[in-house]
Amino acid sequence: MKVIKEKHSLLVRWTHWVNFPILAIMIWSGMLIYWANDEYGITLSGHTYVRFFPDWYYKLLHIPQRLAEGMAFHFLFMWFFALNGVFYVLYTIISGQWRQLLPNRHSFKEAWLVVLHDLHIRKTMPPQGKYNAAQRIAYTAIIIMGFGSLVTGLAIYKPVQFNWLCWLCGGYHLARIWHFVLTISYVLFFLIHVVQVTLAGWNNFRSVVSGFEVVNEQPEPENNNDEKA
Amino acid sequence: MKKPNGGLTSERKIKRRNFISFAVFGAYIAGTYACWRWLYKSPDETPGITAGAHKPLRKALNKTELFFRRLTFNENHLVKTYPRSMGAKKIRHNGDIGLEGKLPPEYWTLQVKKISGETLQITLDELMKLPKTAITYDFKCVEGWDQISHWEGVSFRDFMAHFKLEAESKMGYVGMETPDQHYYVGIDMPSAMHPQTLLAYQMNDELLNGSHGQPLRLIIPVKYGIKNLKRIGTIAFSNSRPRDYWAERGYDYYSGL
Repeated sequence: MKVIKEKHSLLVRWTHWVNFPILAIMIWSGMLIYWANDEYGITLSGHTYVRFFPDWYYKLLHIPQRLAEGMAFHFLFMWFFALNGVFYVLYTIISGQWRQLLPNRHSFKEAWLVVLHDLHIRKTMPPQGKYNAAQRIAYTAIIIMGFGSLVTGLAIYKPVQFNWLCWLCGGYHLARIWHFVLTISYVLFFLIHVVQVTLAGWNNFRSVVSGFEVVNEQPEPENNNDEKA
Repeated sequence: MKKPNGGLTSERKIKRRNFISFAVFGAYIAGTYACWRWLYKSPDETPGITAGAHKPLRKALNKTELFFRRLTFNENHLVKTYPRSMGAKKIRHNGDIGLEGKLPPEYWTLQVKKISGETLQITLDELMKLPKTAITYDFKCVEGWDQISHWEGVSFRDFMAHFKLEAESKMGYVGMETPDQHYYVGIDMPSAMHPQTLLAYQMNDELLNGSHGQPLRLIIPVKYGIKNLKRIGTIAFSNSRPRDYWAERGYDYYSGL
């Protein structure tokens, strides 16, 4: 018999889906800002392998000459990004859900087994609760990263008034680099996340919209067949 | 026949909850998209002291300014300074608006418009007789680059005190314009009176040259470079925002760091 098994609470689902467009707008407006001084790339022994970003990419997304607009969007949506994050973190602490989220002492070893399983090297998974060990690490890391974006962002935004934050980030230059690296990491996280969600299938995806998964349970003896009608 | 779960079989209950949640989810996506279209297509503000930004975004910029001014601005928060030797030998310049040709000091006076209606005419010699203040700090451009540079001049505080502009210093804003009025900035008074704000006439060991705002420029470390007006022609005071070149082009009026 198919049975409802509750998985994600309403607040977890809302903050998840609210975060998606906000983060997309933050990344897009961030690119409008970054364009004005696009100095980052990956250079090893004199050869530049990646330049953030090539001209064709800017043209494709209509990035150039929109610094003022980018800043205006960025400094509005930063509020929503921060508030949404605060809601999620407060909820996770107060509800006690952090117990299912934070990695524990087994997680790092188990996460490796999960990776081997997902790569089809190992047949079995370690037993898991709401999140498996790799998920615990990934979903905790993404919250810490979000906090990192807020801190580095503030350090860049008000480097004089928050000079201690700027110092904590290793100075203005490093704060900008961290802010940028975190953004690139969100994009990588997103790509892996979408692949994993696709592979995990419909039941898992539905749980982030409806809140529950459907599991098959053996009907209990007192549930007789009359119920079918 | 009585059924468990308030009359619904588990199969029907699953269907029902699926339907409701996906309907809400669809409505949420549609609503989010509609809100975004509304904001993205929202008309620009009516051009005035500020211009060129979407109306709701300008409102947000102004509210955010107030939040950060009230929460964080403190004149005791000093900009980090560096040893003079760390200053760039060749100081970057990024804009030439209002800087046509040379303006040797002998052909220039600073016009200070007092609130009494009187205009002070101040020569560079007079300014150079006042106590000199020097600063080596990290100049930050709104574009994202920055450069450690060394400047010398009169601190704005000393300037205001020396020329007995006490009443003026109680006004809300300072407006500065180039002699040709092609470039102009508005600065809130707390930022102008910040101890590290300078009327600078010297960079490194030489007097300012043409592209750096000969003969006198504003160095205001608590603001982005766009507020550091080069070649000051006039200084005026007001309680409403003076006109500001980049705020008319979609940038935040405050642009404070």
